Formats: sequence, structure tokens, C-alpha cells
Amino acid sequence: MFHIYCPHCCEYREEEEFHAAGQSHIARPLDPDACTDKEWGEFMYFRANPRGIHHELWVHAAGCRKYFNVTRDTQTYEINEVYKVGEQPTVVANAIQSK
Amino acid sequence: MTQKNRLQDGGRIDRSKALTFTYNGKKYTGFEGDTLASALLANGVDIIGRSFKYSRPRGIVAAGAEEPNAIMQVGATEATQIPNVRATQQSLYGGLVAGSTNGWPSVDNDMMGLVGKVGGKMMPPGFYYKTFMYPKSMWETYESFIRKAAGLGRAPKENDPDIYDKMNQHCDVIIVGAGPAGLAAALTAARAGARVIIADEQNEFGGSLLSSTELLDGKPAAEWVADVVKELSTYDDVLMLPNSQVNGYHDHNFLTIQQHCTDQFADRAPNGQVAQRYHRVRAKWVVLATGAHERPLVYGNNDVPGCMVANAVSTYINRYGVVPGKNLVLMTSNNNAYRTALDWHDAGRNVVAIVDSRKNPQGTFVDAARERGISIMVGSGVIEAHGSKRVTGVSIAPLNDAGDAVVGPIIKMAADTVASSGGWSPVIHLSCHTGSRPVWNDDILGFVPGTTYQKQLTAGAINGSFTTEQALAEGVSAAADALTHLGMTKKDVVLPKAETIEEGKAMALFHIPHTKPTSKAPKQFVDYQNDVTASGIELACREGFESIEHVKRYTAMGFGTDQGKLGNINGMAIAAKMLNQTIPQTGTTIFRPNYTPVTFGAIAGRDCGALFDPERYTAMHAWHVERGAKFEDVGQWKRPWYYPQGNETMQQALDRECLATRKSVGILDASTLGKIDIQGKDAREFLGRVYTNAWAKLPVGKCRYGLMCGEDGMVFDDGVTSCLAENHFLMTTTSGGAARVLSWLEIYHQTEWPELEVFFTSVTDHWSTMTISGPNSRKLLEKLTDYDVSKENMAFMDWKPMTVAGVPARVFRISFTGELSFEINVQANYGMHVWKALFEHGEEFNLTPYGTETMHILRAEKGFIIAGQDTDGSVHPFDLGMSWAVSMQKPFSFIGKRGMQREDCVRENRKQLVGLKTIDPKAVLPEGAQGVLDPKAPIPMPMVGHVTSSYWSANLNRSVAMGFVKGGLDKMGERVFYPLADGRVIEAEICSPVFLDPKGERQNV
Repeated sequence: MFHIYCPHCCEYREEEEFHAAGQSHIARPLDPDACTDKEWGEFMYFRANPRGIHHELWVHAAGCRKYFNVTRDTQTYEINEVYKVGEQPTVVANAIQSK
Repeated sequence: MTQKNRLQDGGRIDRSKALTFTYNGKKYTGFEGDTLASALLANGVDIIGRSFKYSRPRGIVAAGAEEPNAIMQVGATEATQIPNVRATQQSLYGGLVAGSTNGWPSVDNDMMGLVGKVGGKMMPPGFYYKTFMYPKSMWETYESFIRKAAGLGRAPKENDPDIYDKMNQHCDVIIVGAGPAGLAAALTAARAGARVIIADEQNEFGGSLLSSTELLDGKPAAEWVADVVKELSTYDDVLMLPNSQVNGYHDHNFLTIQQHCTDQFADRAPNGQVAQRYHRVRAKWVVLATGAHERPLVYGNNDVPGCMVANAVSTYINRYGVVPGKNLVLMTSNNNAYRTALDWHDAGRNVVAIVDSRKNPQGTFVDAARERGISIMVGSGVIEAHGSKRVTGVSIAPLNDAGDAVVGPIIKMAADTVASSGGWSPVIHLSCHTGSRPVWNDDILGFVPGTTYQKQLTAGAINGSFTTEQALAEGVSAAADALTHLGMTKKDVVLPKAETIEEGKAMALFHIPHTKPTSKAPKQFVDYQNDVTASGIELACREGFESIEHVKRYTAMGFGTDQGKLGNINGMAIAAKMLNQTIPQTGTTIFRPNYTPVTFGAIAGRDCGALFDPERYTAMHAWHVERGAKFEDVGQWKRPWYYPQGNETMQQALDRECLATRKSVGILDASTLGKIDIQGKDAREFLGRVYTNAWAKLPVGKCRYGLMCGEDGMVFDDGVTSCLAENHFLMTTTSGGAARVLSWLEIYHQTEWPELEVFFTSVTDHWSTMTISGPNSRKLLEKLTDYDVSKENMAFMDWKPMTVAGVPARVFRISFTGELSFEINVQANYGMHVWKALFEHGEEFNLTPYGTETMHILRAEKGFIIAGQDTDGSVHPFDLGMSWAVSMQKPFSFIGKRGMQREDCVRENRKQLVGLKTIDPKAVLPEGAQGVLDPKAPIPMPMVGHVTSSYWSANLNRSVAMGFVKGGLDKMGERVFYPLADGRVIEAEICSPVFLDPKGERQNV
């Protein structure tokens, strides 16, 4: 069970207070009507399934109800960082590999 | 019964406290301080079960969690049955009732044993896969047979009367295991002021020191243990948990502990006490001091009762004062196990011989054995044990240097006990739970914990540091490391001086050869619990299984509650040899939680019965109960389903409620409807983006129905939203969908459109909502308010603030029944007052309470959908015939707009929601029935859609139904057929789903 730092509450809380909400940084196209079916399908359904570093959206559902991003290693389940919506991750897959 | 194997003195038992217990229906006596296993051995009970596959008689092999055979069913009554209890871990108490989990008709005379004897060759590894595959229809028969034969214990048939508990814990350091390493670590951490939890599976702290004759500072080791325990108990921040198995090590240093509170001394927890407690621990640092398990050697008939692990024999002698036999043969590949022969000898019993696989053993214990005149046979091995229900003798033969071939004549010797030791395997199970792979250490011939991402430290035998001196030192240094990480300062800890022991080099030996090839030799067991033999592993390798993970699954080695505690390394060594690899090349399987079986009671804790799941009640709940309502679960809500009167059947009650509502006035408790308060200058814009229809022009005081879709264009919720003020709206959702809709709004606001100024608050529980519906609803409302609720002042889809029954209310003129309706919302704590006031004035109108079922019927008569019943995530608004609720002209591309225009969403012949008018008006279609266009078509018939809603309508005196039909909106007047499982075929005409008042005249009055 994860121990997750909520960047809004500024505290570690138990995973039971949170829900995962899928991959982060999936931006809704600004002009959906201009998208082809393929583009729209990719936006809706296609998600990364990496072994290693992954950026995920979580919500502090039983807490402040805020969404935020988590960089997590899907192999070790380590949480490398949390950051707010609108921010960019500092831990990314390439950086880890070059370590 | 006499305790024939009990010594006159010695051990940590209290001979003044005799305890009577029952095993397999017979009464025995033991002492306080015994485990069930030590008491059985004291009484000379040899057979404690029958083996899994071959049903061979089995005896106690070990003394701790690694015991593979003595798996008991414990419980004096049906309600207190606990399966899968290891006799070696169950403290003895007066009145304990235990039994073997397998063996029929009894463990001493077992019918399956014959099958095992005759069928040994017929049950190779993969037996179940090979034999029970065909025919498929027989699988259920096979399964029950296997389960009965396998003796996996049984669950109680009655409710457990005991209370179980859960506790969340936080600490700086948790120390798993209270042997020398764990105690030294705990002392170090405690003195530095850290918050410490130390847990141990045994009933007292001390680990190996409790069963050892070793001296610390020249005194018995147990004295040092007592001093440490005494000091630890003086610290407020140290939690000591004996009888507590740390069963799981999960991500981010989360550990679960099963603490036995009263089930170690009572069948039922004494009044008010907790039987077991489950600790959920979040630790900043973890120190694993879990020790090691001694490996038995693998030789012929090594499962005959009387064959034991060497150290277990010492434990029974030193800790429990029990010598489990008279004549011992000890077989070993290392010096350490000589201690067992010394203990046996010193207890006054006969050591027949020490059989050492090495040519020239030397060291402290070897010298001690020689001093006692014990015969040592070097360069030899016990190749086979004799006897069936108890060892009667052994065959000993000289081995070659590699230990893989017999090189001389066999000597037979009489003995009743064979103790064996192939060295020690560190208990790395917990370190593996988080995915860390163990690494092989050639010096100790065992796997030790590998790299981990957890904040984990290890100390003592788990690292292969087997001496007490090493364990103590590593305990201190592990705790010191943790303190450094925690930014705490270590205080002085002076360790006691351990005895200096000269250990000779151990030999890497796992499998003792026989004169016959393994496949023809007497069975050589590797995993007792799963009946996996050396020849079975060899066969698996010959059949092409090369990965150790596959060998494991094919042979079942390390399965189940055993988790490979005794047998895994031996099995891997045998597989490695077959595959011409080293053990590290072969690798190891890893272990998963739980380390030992956990009772469901401990996992459930108090979350059972009424506390299993929260129940939500409306403010008027007590009234519904008093009125005799039947309830329906909607999410966590308890909603009145219908209100039967007298001896009414459900249908009679529904008919009465439906007729009364349309004839005069009915009332529904609608408080459970999800309500979300939406405020902010961009609230209106936001609504336009999440609903399919237009919101830009909705004036203050008006309500509007809206559909909510996903990005795929599929409907997922609906409801009425009202404009309370220019920047203030109240959204209603389905009762079950409220939480989902709120998080849906939040995720779009927070991640996509943070620039919009809008705020969402769940206000579901703030309001009591009662809907009065029917032609007399206005007259009833007028009795309770001075406000002008006439058609002229309060039109359909208006809402007005007013005073109702003396309290402020929001009244919405919206309708889910098609009747003139008012939805009265008052502050929740006034709900009951207003509800009762309505009934006080409602008598003259025959005000009738109705529940969710009547609500469903009334709305179905009007063709109103219920999201989640008439939608299933695969239908868009056009499929529902609700194009009127979609505004394609809105400037912002609302959620769902692009999705519902995808190729598949705009194709011909999609399933569309239509009304279904049965040709026989009395026939009520079952919901879920599949429709076909040609009932005579060959099976499988092409199906065109299913019935979503179907009811008997008392108002129309016929059935009403809705359902999906392919291309249904263009098939009005055509027929569709519903062949049912009972052979009937119900024929229906496709029609508009609005069965009653298609012009809407009843609600516009």
C-alpha cells in the first residue's frame, strides 16, 4: 500500500485516501471537432504502459479532493516525485536510465 | 496419559501447571509453556497427519513457522474452528481441541494411504494437470475429491463469536524478530528514543536463545533476554508484540502483523477481549531480524515419523523438556548440528551415531561429541530410513567426496529418530514480498536478501551471520544505521560476550544419493506439505521444465501455506544439478505474502455485520421503518422500495401506490438524489461544457434537464439543474452517481479548464427532498404555504423559494412521473417535520407514500430513462431518441460531442431505445430478455437488443416496457420477439416509449 505525499495538503497520507485517475499529461485537444476519428480515438483510449517511470494522475479523494501528478516506477513502485497539475515532471524515463 | 518423552526437569515449561487438551478425540496432558507440537511429542504422538498426495503418515518435523506437516484444525466448537494452524505455533491451553486436517477414516489407518502405496507411480508431478483435465464435465467431481483428500482444513459453518480488531501503527523502526539480532537492534533504537515496534511470532522473546544451551557473559542466554525485555518494557515508545507474526511486507514500508491475543490461551476470547489483532504498520525503517530455518537433508523415506530437522530436536529438548525418542541418528553436513547430538546425549538418551558427510570434521562441537564418546561416522550419509508409522532404523552408506554417489557397503542400524541438517536457510520471505530478488551466498550455501527499494535493513542469520556474536553485533549496527537515517543519536550499548565457537567448514549437500537411481529409490521428499519428491523434480526437468518458476508450478513445490520454507533450497539444488547449472544460475522462486496463513477474522476486524459497509439514511428513515417500508440499496443509501399494507403482495402494494399517485397525490422521499452546489462567474460556461444541451440562457428561477456524456459520447448520468442566481446553480445527479459526477466535474475543472472560476460542493446530505406528485399535489402544498403556487405564478420547470410548514424551502416544479409535481427541499434537519406536516394535511387527499419501485413504474409509463438502467455506457443521446437534449450549435465543443460523431456512432442500425408494447397486454417482459426479429430463425438467432425496463402498469392495465432494438426508431409498428428460457415467446410491437399522456397535459396544469 502506497504512502503518498499530497502536494496540496503537504502531508504523507495512506493510499486509501487516494484514487488513481490514469496517465497524466493527456491534454484534451483544443479543437475536438478538427480531430480525425483516429486522433480522437488515440486521445480517448491509447495509454502508455511502461515498465519503469510513469506519470500518473491521482486525486486526494478522501482529503482535499485535489488532483495532482505522481511520477512512479511501475517496477519498484517507488514514488519519485509528486507535482501539481500544470507543472512538469523533473524525473523522466531518460534521466533515470542515464543515472 | 503419561508424558513418556518428558524430561524430569529443564525447559521453559511450568510443570506445576498441567493442561489437559484433546487431539483427534483423545485427551492428553501438557504443561504451561508448551506448544501443541511439544505437548504431542511429549505424549509420544507420532502421526499428526497424512500427506497431501500420497497420504503417507507424517510426524512433526520442525519447531516453528516452517513446520510442513503438523497443520491442525483447532476449535472446541463449530463456531470457533480455525483451519491451517501450525501445531508448532499454537500455545497449549487447557481445553484446547485440535485435530488433523486430513486422514480418513483416521490418521492412523488411512484409506488413501493404500492409494498412495499402490499409486505412487501413478501420481507423478503434473498429475493433476495430466489426469483431471478430461472430461471437463467431471472437474467439479474431481475438485471435491481432491479437496477432501488434500486435507486443507475447513472453514467453520457457524459465525465466529469472537471480536477481532485492527490497529494502524506508525513508528520510526520496526524490528521483525526478537532473537539476539532483533533484541540488540531494539535495545539500540529504544535507548536513542526512537519509536520502536518489535514483533515476534513466538509467545516469548528470545528466538534461538530460548532453545540454546549457549552462555552469554558466562550466564544462560535467557537471562540476558530477560534483562533486555525488562529494559524495553520501560520505554513508552516501544511496543512489544509477542505472539505476533509479521506476515506481509508491502510497498513503502507497510507491514501487516497478525497478533494472537487470546486464541493462544483460550478457545473463545474471554468476555469483551479481542481474539486477534491485525496491526497495519507504516514504518520509517524496517529491520528484518527473521533468522534462519535449518534445512533437512533429502534421503529415502525421509518423511517417516521420527525424521526431524536437527535444530528442532534441540529446541524440543532445551525449551520444552521433551526428547522425542530414545535412539537418535544425526546426519549432518556441518558442525552446528552436532549440538543436537550433544543435547540428546546430555538428556540421558542414546545417540546411535553422528553420520557426517564430510571426511574430516573438526571444531568445538565435534570435539565435544568425541569427548562424550559418541560414535561419528565420517564421509557417510543416511541413505534411507526404515519403518512406516515410526522410524525403526536407518541404512547408512559411505559417500564419495562430492556426496553424490554411494561408494561402499550399507550398514543398517536401529534407531527411532533421525535428525538431519544440511545447513541453514536465511528467512528471506519478507524481503521478497516487495519484489526484491534474493542473491546466493556461497559461503553460507543459502540465499540472502537482495537489493531493495524499501527502507529496509537486515541483521543476523537472515544475512547468513549465524553465530550469536555476529547476530548481536549486526543488530546494533542495523539499528545504528536506521538512527543515522532518522537523524537520531545512538547511545552506548554494551553487548554481552558470546562463547567462542570454532566452526568447521560445511559441505554443500542437499540430496543424499541412494544405491538405486532417484526414480527407483524410496521416495525422497523435498517439500513435505505438497508431497514433492526429488524424483519428481528430476522428472520435471527431464520433461523440459528449465525455469525454476515452471518447475515450481509443475511440481507444486513451495505452494500453499508452506511457501517453501523447508524445501525450496533443496528443490532448487536438485533442479540445478539436473540442468547442469549452479544454484545461482538456476535462481530462486520468490515468496509472496502471507508468510503464514492469516485468519479472515483478523483481516476483517470489526468491518463485519452492521459495520461491513456504511449505510446512509435519509432524515425521514425512521418514519419509513415505522410505516413498514421494504428497503432497497441504492449505493450506500437505504431507500424505501415500497410500503406494503396488511397482507399485500409487492405487486398489490405497487398497484395501489401507482393508482393513488395518478388519481390524487403520492409522496416520494427523494433526499438521496445527488446534489451539487455550483458557484462562480464561469459556472454557466462550465455547465455548457459538461452537459450536452444549452445553458447560456437559462434564467434565474428556472430548471433544466441535462444529459452528461463521456468523451466517447456515451451517456453516463442525467439530472435537473436549476439556476438559483446568476452565478449559482444546483445540479442534481442520480442517487448512485453523485460521487462520480462530482469527481468528473473536478477533474475537468482542475486539469483542463483551471481558468474557469467555478466551485463545486456536495450538498446531498444538506437537504431533505420530498416529491409530491399527482393531480392534488398543488392543493396539498397550498395547505402548507402562503406562497402563490398557481400555474400562473409557478409554471412547469420553475423553482421558487418559499416557506413550507413554517420552514424555509426551495420548491422545484419538476416531474419524474408526468404528473403535476412539486419537489420540496428543506434543510435536512427539518425534513421529518415537513414530511409529517404533509401527512397531517394529506389525509383528505389520500396522500400515499411510494418507494423506488413505484417511481420506476410511473416514469416508465412516461418513457423517462434511468441512467444506468436504460443506458449501459454504450449508448449516446441519439440512441435514446433524445436528440432534443443535445445542442450541436454550442460554441464550445462540449464533452461527448466529438465522441458521438465517430464513425461507429453515426452508422445505421445502431441499437436504439424504443417502447415495447406486448401483444398480450398481460405479458410482462423480463428485463434483460433478448429480442429477435424472426423467432423461427435457427439457433443461434441474430439478437437485436435487450429489454431494459419492464413493469406491470396498473394505471394502463397492461404491461409497459422499454428496450433496445437495432434501428428501432425506424421500425415503429413492427414486431419483435422475445424467446424466453421457459419456452415462451413474447411478441411485442415497437412503439414510442411514452405510454401515458404523450402530450404532457397532466404535468402542465
